[in-house]
Amino acid sequence: MDKIHEIVFAGFGGQGILSMGKILAYAGLEEGYEVCWLPSYGPEMRGGTANCSVIISSRKILSPISTKYDCGILLNQPSMDKFESKIKSCGICIYEKAEIIKVTEREDINILGLSAFEEAQKMEVKQVANMIVLGALINNINIVKIESVLKALEDVLPARHHHLIPLNKKALLKGMELAEKEFIH
Amino acid sequence: MNMKYDNNVKLMKGNEALAEAAIRAEIDGYFGYPITPQSEILEYLSKNFNEEDGVVLQAESEIAAINMVYGAAGSGKRVMTSTSSPGMSLMLEGISYITAAQLPCLLVNVSRGGPGLGTIQPSQADYFQSTKGGGHGDYRLIVLAPNSVQEMADFVFDAIYLAEKYRNPALILSDGTLGQMMEKVRLPEKGSLPKSIPEWAAKGKIKNKERNIIYTSAVDPTVMENLNKELQNKYALLQQEVRYELSQIEDAEILIVAFGLSARICSKAQEMANDNGLSVGLLRPITLYPFPSDTIYKLAQKVQAILVVELSAGQMVEDVKLVVNGSCPVFFHGRMGGEVPTPDEIFFELKKITDKQAVKN
Repeated sequence: MDKIHEIVFAGFGGQGILSMGKILAYAGLEEGYEVCWLPSYGPEMRGGTANCSVIISSRKILSPISTKYDCGILLNQPSMDKFESKIKSCGICIYEKAEIIKVTEREDINILGLSAFEEAQKMEVKQVANMIVLGALINNINIVKIESVLKALEDVLPARHHHLIPLNKKALLKGMELAEKEFIH
Repeated sequence: MNMKYDNNVKLMKGNEALAEAAIRAEIDGYFGYPITPQSEILEYLSKNFNEEDGVVLQAESEIAAINMVYGAAGSGKRVMTSTSSPGMSLMLEGISYITAAQLPCLLVNVSRGGPGLGTIQPSQADYFQSTKGGGHGDYRLIVLAPNSVQEMADFVFDAIYLAEKYRNPALILSDGTLGQMMEKVRLPEKGSLPKSIPEWAAKGKIKNKERNIIYTSAVDPTVMENLNKELQNKYALLQQEVRYELSQIEDAEILIVAFGLSARICSKAQEMANDNGLSVGLLRPITLYPFPSDTIYKLAQKVQAILVVELSAGQMVEDVKLVVNGSCPVFFHGRMGGEVPTPDEIFFELKKITDKQAVKN
């Protein structure tokens, strides 16, 4: 059967939104899927909200523009407000607890609140919060394997940052672990 | 043209794929000025172009850049520039001169919402400017409209090939989304596009041979009319290069006509419509000039209605209506200023048309 996943990542500039999407897209490439990564490249990326969408598909991707998403990774309040209605029924919403006060009230989607920022601080590197979120996502959608994501890290991170891969791996695994227990419904 | 492809599949932005293709198409020069959403082309070339192979130069403005292209093309070199909508407006004077001088070059417009300084989001509102001349005088550009990262790379080769064959600038008309998004791409290999210094190139006086002079003005209007006739003959010949893509047109009741990014969005809407019992075909013009007039006319005799979708207030729809000439109703749906429709939105338009046609029948 055709497998298509449309995912939107949204949050503040600086939260690693675009890289999260890029790493997932490369992981999809690694597994032989068709992939499309579309960033918001507007004034957003110079501060304010940033978002990107990733489509991973077992067949040709028709439109790079999606009507609705299977997953929304929403890391700040404006993103929650903007994208909660764009998640498909039975889809997944993963959000950052530290940033979002007003969570979606939809009952037809699966909602997962994460304290990724706090967990990252515990690991003493707040920059890996996005990898914790990505780990949680991977655990909840049946698209790419963690091994492919680790391989993707090598493609996306410049060589001078490759020494950080073990740390990113740790964060990814932490995210997968958190996702096991924190679902609302 | 005999294109050979790299075996490696890469994930690249449209702009980067286009720039890498330009290197592989063995350009001798790139002259440009940064403007979002196409700055990655200049950035990529600055970083990756081997200086021994030619020149990559950031000019002081778009006007300077296009005149550098004019000069370099006149010396027989394979050259290009790229810009986005407001920059394209600045280049039009130079482009008119280049067409009058009958010089080949590659132009790229990764267009954005206008008019004015506008936005940096995708748009197709430069259709008129690209296909109807744009600058002054009776001239045309060869216009190719990619709809994927793969075509952003491929069309560099096609455009240069056509430009050199017809001694006329060729334009790749893309948009912000195609430039910024990453997709899988297999890049054409170097050597797919042989080059030589043409005999008309202005390279100074050689022994026993008159020097070549390239100019675009004539005191005598007869001379100028003759040049115009030559250009028009060339454009008539160019019609044989028309390219388009058809999808599910057998038994189609509604035909969508859309190019570039719009065509991608429409193909999703087409799938949704056909899954819901509608009968929708899609024609995607690949060359916007020459325009696939004959094919559109023929299909207009078979379908109940045509829907044209553009990221503009409706520009290509005028060409479609002209060709259809009342054979069937032509509807239009467009978004402007950098906004992009969703597949749902187009599907809704298709349903509206089906309802209207059902009432009529």
